[in-house]
Amino acid sequence: MNRTQQLHAWLLLLPALVMLAAFTHTPAVQTLLHSFYDNPMGGKPSGFVGMENFELLLEDEIFWQVLWNNTWYGLVTVPASIALALTMAIWVNGRLEGRAIVRLAYFTPTVLPMIAVANIWLFFYTPEIGLLNNVLGWFGIDGINWLGDPDFALPSLMAMTIWKEAGFFMIFYLAALQGLDRSLYEAAAIENAGRWQVFQRITWPLLMPTTLFIFINALINAFKLVDHLFILTKGGPNNASNLLLYYIYENAFSFFDTAYAATLTTVMLIILALLAWLQFGVLDKGVHYR
Amino acid sequence: MLRKLPMLGRTVTAALAAISFSASVSAQTELTMYYPVAVGGPLTKIVDNMIEGFEKQNPDIDVNAIYAGNYNDARVKALAALNSGKPAQLSVMFSIDVHELMDQDAIVAFDDLVKTPEEKQWLNSFYPTLMQNGKAKGKTWGIPFQRSTIVMYYNKDAFRAAGLNPEQPPKSWDELVTMGQKLTKRDASGKVQQWGAMIPSTGYPYWMFGALTKQNGEVLMNQDGTQTFFSNPGVVEALSFWEELGSKHEIMPQGTVEWGTLRQNFLEGKTAMMWHSTGNLTTVKKNAKFDFGVAMLPAQKELGSPTGGGNFYVFKNSSPEEKAASLKLIRYMTAPEQAAGWSKATGYMGVSEDAYKTAELYDYIQKFPAAGVARDQLKHATAELSTHQAGRVRKLLDDAIQSVLTGEKEADQALASAQRQADRILKRYR
Repeated sequence: MNRTQQLHAWLLLLPALVMLAAFTHTPAVQTLLHSFYDNPMGGKPSGFVGMENFELLLEDEIFWQVLWNNTWYGLVTVPASIALALTMAIWVNGRLEGRAIVRLAYFTPTVLPMIAVANIWLFFYTPEIGLLNNVLGWFGIDGINWLGDPDFALPSLMAMTIWKEAGFFMIFYLAALQGLDRSLYEAAAIENAGRWQVFQRITWPLLMPTTLFIFINALINAFKLVDHLFILTKGGPNNASNLLLYYIYENAFSFFDTAYAATLTTVMLIILALLAWLQFGVLDKGVHYR
Repeated sequence: MLRKLPMLGRTVTAALAAISFSASVSAQTELTMYYPVAVGGPLTKIVDNMIEGFEKQNPDIDVNAIYAGNYNDARVKALAALNSGKPAQLSVMFSIDVHELMDQDAIVAFDDLVKTPEEKQWLNSFYPTLMQNGKAKGKTWGIPFQRSTIVMYYNKDAFRAAGLNPEQPPKSWDELVTMGQKLTKRDASGKVQQWGAMIPSTGYPYWMFGALTKQNGEVLMNQDGTQTFFSNPGVVEALSFWEELGSKHEIMPQGTVEWGTLRQNFLEGKTAMMWHSTGNLTTVKKNAKFDFGVAMLPAQKELGSPTGGGNFYVFKNSSPEEKAASLKLIRYMTAPEQAAGWSKATGYMGVSEDAYKTAELYDYIQKFPAAGVARDQLKHATAELSTHQAGRVRKLLDDAIQSVLTGEKEADQALASAQRQADRILKRYR
């Protein structure tokens, strides 16, 4: 490339770079710096406190609990929504009467705003008048206080998240499935391969790049999607369903402890950076690209 | 966008004035005010109408009233505006934000704003209980505006069906239990069809708990918000009682009871009694298909409920003219006639005795006595939990309450731990 072309390229990149720097990189760096300072108090400006906020974090039981909750939340919702998405995609990719409608039906949860569906699910989960307990009642099973029982609150949130996410991921799988080379399937048919064999040897390996993309997205979403907590549980009862990002929100805007919120955010950034590194550095190398 | 519309209006008006050569542009004072809405209904419209009335009376003052979401959002937005150097001059915010706003050095005391004897008299015209959350360090920082208490809604039809007198709701904890047991209906398999009572324990558990502790003769904190009393024996007793309503007396579901769906539970007859904010009164009145009553909360040692809701605050970072105009606006908004109309439209309390003397509110309560219960209960009310670092301290108590109600911890152990942590947070403010 000659000089003019170089200049051209940079000029074209400039708007995006400025936006990224202003709204992503600068705040991230500022957050990192802020986590080494304490909060300003009634006229007293904030001062440098070194690692104090991080020491506080290590002692904070709620922090460990939300981290643990979040880990569980990720471990369950990510594989489950991927499996469900793939099943749905293969299902609606086949020759099916009225498959456009089925596709739309599967995609609907994704289109609806999270806050709106959370309000609907609140009434599914409500013990006395809720849909779930009424259905259980037909079979003579005693109802469960879904959101009010520490053992069920987080699983209830997980179920809703899987329902919400699977339809979105299905779209990616569907697109990928339609891009697959038909000749491979024809060859498999000639060889008289079984359905499971076809899936295992052809579909699944060829979908690997899509799966990786979805996997990373789902994992990141497990950390950054907390809208439903505001409506369903507010992290309760007693933090049983609290997640890292919601805890950050509580610290920043309910407690006005911006220093500690910055510390928690730093931890979250590190986790997300590790996940990104996992994608680009490790998994990418093992994935089959055509 | 919304903020720009009045600007446009003003520009057009100014242009017209210039064209007609009758421009007598006086020095305009411009006020920005944030306010929250925490209950349902067309409240923004009601506020807009009140502001319009004020502007008509005071053409030299221009008010931008900005709806700012719930209490939390309103506080965040007002403080963010303050930091950005384009501050609001006054706002309605949570009455219990007072200590944090003072710690941020954001607000001024009304004692320093009132000058004339008339203004000083106005400052003393409110119900003293409603002033409790606005007072600290011997001064008044918040003026009551949208204020509430907790009341007991009960289903009179359910009372009749259970052979109870519908005009005699429970007056004590013992009666709450005995009547609750009569009102709890089970089917043949022992499954509960209708609960005796529900006290919500998500959303604002500390608020409901403030009622139980007051009824047991205790308060949760001191006036300066530097000391909490979570582990006092009476407080522990109150939490044990709450837990036993589910586990021992079996008149309430075990685990937590969801704040957001409770009203629906009551309206569908799944509970015969519920404790809830007076702010729900108008909605319950519109939607109940059965005969319902509103009563004061029952007593153990005494009657009691915490107050709740929002106060007016004036920000420090404003000119003397703006402060004077803010005071004028607040006086207008809390005047008896305005307070009466506001109370009738929302279910919030009239903030002064004079508001209840206005023909409008007086007649309304004559026809619908339930609207007067909150006022009558005020005599027995106490301040809502409010301390320095209020959010954090509140969460300590909320978590303790929920851990007891879900059976994870014992009341004394959970509250002792909450008290210990609260002490650690609050000791540097003492």
